[in-house]
Amino acid sequence: MTRGVPGGRPPGLALTPEEIVAELRDGMTIGIGGWGSRRKPMALVRAILRSGLKNLTIVSYAGPDVGLLVASGQAKRVVTGFASLDSIALEPHFRRARQDGTVELTELDEGMLHWGLLAAAHRLPFLPIRAGLGSGVLEVNPELRTIRSPYGGGEGRNGEASDGEELVAMPALRLDAALVHMNRADAAGNGQYLGPDPYFDDLFCLAAERAYVSCERIGAALEGPPQTMLLNRAMVHAVAETPNGAHFTSCVPDYGRDEAFQARYAKAAADPEEWRRFEAEYLAGDEAAYQEAVKA
Amino acid sequence: MVACAEAWRGDGAILASPMGLIPTLGARLARLTFEPGLLLTDGEAYLVDAQDRIEGWLPYAKVFTMLAAGKRHVMMGAAQIDRHGNQNISCIGDWKRPKAQLLGVRGAPGNTVNHPVSYWVPRHSPRVFVSRVDMVCGVGYDRGAQDLRVVVTNLAVLDFGGPEHTMRLRSVHPGVQAGDVIEATGFPLAVPEQVPVTRAPTAAELGLIRTRLDPAGAREAELR
Repeated sequence: MTRGVPGGRPPGLALTPEEIVAELRDGMTIGIGGWGSRRKPMALVRAILRSGLKNLTIVSYAGPDVGLLVASGQAKRVVTGFASLDSIALEPHFRRARQDGTVELTELDEGMLHWGLLAAAHRLPFLPIRAGLGSGVLEVNPELRTIRSPYGGGEGRNGEASDGEELVAMPALRLDAALVHMNRADAAGNGQYLGPDPYFDDLFCLAAERAYVSCERIGAALEGPPQTMLLNRAMVHAVAETPNGAHFTSCVPDYGRDEAFQARYAKAAADPEEWRRFEAEYLAGDEAAYQEAVKA
Repeated sequence: MVACAEAWRGDGAILASPMGLIPTLGARLARLTFEPGLLLTDGEAYLVDAQDRIEGWLPYAKVFTMLAAGKRHVMMGAAQIDRHGNQNISCIGDWKRPKAQLLGVRGAPGNTVNHPVSYWVPRHSPRVFVSRVDMVCGVGYDRGAQDLRVVVTNLAVLDFGGPEHTMRLRSVHPGVQAGDVIEATGFPLAVPEQVPVTRAPTAAELGLIRTRLDPAGAREAELR
């Protein structure tokens, strides 16, 4: 896998969400940034909903991004440790699919997912971690292995000396594509978050073959504290300007979560007929139509 | 709530990560009284001090670092818990197609092998205190738990001081008999000869709870 100038694209080329989705393929493993119902690249997810993409594996700290892709049947497998809307504890589409047996799950501890992205970003086959040892995670993911530290000096559970501590070998979570949402970006692909938490968006980008960044606004240059400049253009394949593009999740400080709309989403998700009505009202048109409909 | 607060006694300057209202009130009470060194976040990415001033930045990536560094004591909930402290918050039934999908493993596996962990169970019943959990999320002492402290319920405080680190009745809340707790527990519970009564809040603590921590009385709804 060669790294370097992503896609050899000339700097300054922004894409539409549709153009981004046109670069994705059936069966891809797609990482989605943000966390729960915070700074999710929902405009890009909605663009996937409008496409014919299928058989996707979604790696995410899951929220309504996963909910929508599970509801549409486009997500065959989800890699996560939870699916939550934050102010509503359980993501309803994910819950239903788990109970109906209609989605495959790779259930990982939150720290294991972090470590898997870090390993992929660092081009390592795995990283050792304690999280997962002794838990059901190793049982429901039989492909996971443990390793023993090669440096010895370990101590068994009863205090006896042993070869080396046993740890989980968390495999790299390599992504075909990453979708993240930033507050700001420039046309070259440098990305900036202005809220309280970067989440793991930089790792999602580095773990992916191609990283796509949506943002509230593409400006001439990033302004503000340097610590907010999370993504550099060597990490990013293309940028899309999607104002209100995290709706209904939060995108602080540009806007908070649309709690009223999220409640409507969750209520509709509980009933198949109501969900069809929700889809018809909000998801049948393009992004402009969606933004118009949610203003109401 | 006082029993929850007591979980953090002696911890010093570590990150207290209470999950849910009662644990959060407990951690805040501990910090305002006997454990002033505790670190607490605002639920997002700021560390806030006892006067609600921002004292630091702790985004989720850095919480994971504190977790792995062992500088944290979390109080989680439990849909199921067994006598060794194995906890389930993921799902009820067969994992492949659960009867009820719950939270997922979240960070429970990592928490229990890295730093002290306590539990808060609002309704002590045999449906929660089971002989075998459906999915091991937080690991128990028979599976490599690092340091399980207390399990606080609406009836009692329990710890893992029983034989081979199994669950033991530490104290009953005022008005509760040991027999009530045994009946509400779906596995053999280690019960000492003399079971103390969980201490009541002091007048000062009650004052802090009523005027500063929870003037609206939100805690009542959770305890019903």
